[in-house]
Amino acid sequence: MRTAYIAVFAMMALGTSVTTVRVAPSAAGTVSGKVTYTGTPPKMKPIDMAKEPNCAKEHAAAPVLTENVVTGPGNSLRWVVVYVSAGDEGSTPGTEPVRLDQKGCQYIPHVLVVQQDQPLDIYNDDPHAHNIHPLAKVNPEWNRSQPAGAPPIHTKWEKPEFIPVKCNVHPWMHGWHIVVATSHYAVTGEDGQFSLKGLPPGKYTLTAWQEQFGTLSQDVTITGTETKAVNFVFKATPY
Amino acid sequence: MRLHTRLVALVSGLGVLLGTAGVTVGSAQETRIGGVTGHAAAGKKVYRRYCILCHGPDGDGNGENAQWIDPKPRDFTLGVFKCRSTPTGTLPTDEDLFNAMSRGFVTTNMPPWLPLSRQNRADVVAYIKSFSPKWKTTKAGTPITIPQEPALTIESIRHGRELYQKMECWKCHGAKGHGDGPSAATLTDNRDLPIRPYDFSTGSRFMCGVTNRDLYKIFMTGLDGTPMPSFADDIKPAEGWDLVHFLRTLQPLDTPELAMWRAWLATHAGELKPIGPAGPGQ
Repeated sequence: MRTAYIAVFAMMALGTSVTTVRVAPSAAGTVSGKVTYTGTPPKMKPIDMAKEPNCAKEHAAAPVLTENVVTGPGNSLRWVVVYVSAGDEGSTPGTEPVRLDQKGCQYIPHVLVVQQDQPLDIYNDDPHAHNIHPLAKVNPEWNRSQPAGAPPIHTKWEKPEFIPVKCNVHPWMHGWHIVVATSHYAVTGEDGQFSLKGLPPGKYTLTAWQEQFGTLSQDVTITGTETKAVNFVFKATPY
Repeated sequence: MRLHTRLVALVSGLGVLLGTAGVTVGSAQETRIGGVTGHAAAGKKVYRRYCILCHGPDGDGNGENAQWIDPKPRDFTLGVFKCRSTPTGTLPTDEDLFNAMSRGFVTTNMPPWLPLSRQNRADVVAYIKSFSPKWKTTKAGTPITIPQEPALTIESIRHGRELYQKMECWKCHGAKGHGDGPSAATLTDNRDLPIRPYDFSTGSRFMCGVTNRDLYKIFMTGLDGTPMPSFADDIKPAEGWDLVHFLRTLQPLDTPELAMWRAWLATHAGELKPIGPAGPGQ
């Protein structure tokens, strides 16, 4: 009994510092679900890389398909970014560098999510040159050459923005840098599944973005450690 | 009488306050080019007389004439400019904008604006900077350092040729610099409009000037908004001059570079590997 009193007094004495510690991820929920489409999406078409013989040879067995709309079994959609677009102000900034590879005349990953001010490293793994040209509007637009064997480009984006990225030398190379303010985001895989973990109790707006079909948003409330199911269904058109 | 004096003092005091405020606001919309200070308010009048028909009342490049023009007039709201002395992704200096306007853009509808006084041009530069919010939050980039141009040697030209191969300039500009490389036909600018690489065989002025120094700046800063990237990460400052010397040999002009190159080729042409995709000879 006496020990209990002492514990209470100790906590009172510690005051605010105790309350900040209490925000530990112990009470954190998860939002997970699947992104699918209805309607007719465009067909994935093989890319002709004949103009870059190295890349054509690399993909001779299985040509690379266009990635603007990538579908999977059960009408699932790949490369959809699901992120907390409201309710997560003051998210911790990312410090781990995010890696973009140019390999076989493709951007890997096709859709890359990075937090603002998070380090971004760009590698050229191909035996020939690329130019990386992010068509940013809010952030500064730049265009840098990266020949074979050049060291990685270390950069970052300072403001949230959805930035299309292209290589002018290889016009089929197209990717996205999605710069978000939140640390809660996911990119769907071929199965269309996503999962946002570690969400403290609160009200959030969840947004799903697909490069051709636009955005969908839903509100979700987390009260404890539950897992909420949220699904997004895009209306697909062939063009 | 006493009341009157007080009122006068109060009013003049207010005037001083407003005046100070005016100066601070104004300084953000001023440019300094050489000994000339440009003012946005004065520049607006000149802009609305000479620039508005192409660049539009809002500076977004959608003026009345824009639909008839190719390439399209610059959209100043983006704050992206081709001809800079500053690294890719940064804003140009006031002098860069002043020089671009004075020089005009060869092969486009933008004429040289030398008939306007230096004061007029400095004023317009100040006004142009009011169209993009970027000028309010970001400073102009720091101009790149350009070493003194070394004496021309055949080694310099030959090394420049190696760079042209290694940096894959030929992918767009072609093996002979005719602007007909394998990627030339598919190039687009930042508005997704088709754009052509420079054809050295025309011998025309470059988009951003005529001197060797201008040529050096073009590939070391890149022409932002176009497919032409910056090579500053890959070409060492001194090597840049080698590339300049080689590029001059691609133009049908009476240059010391071409004369020296022709003299060397007369006896050494067989030693050269062709420029282009790596083949058995590379």
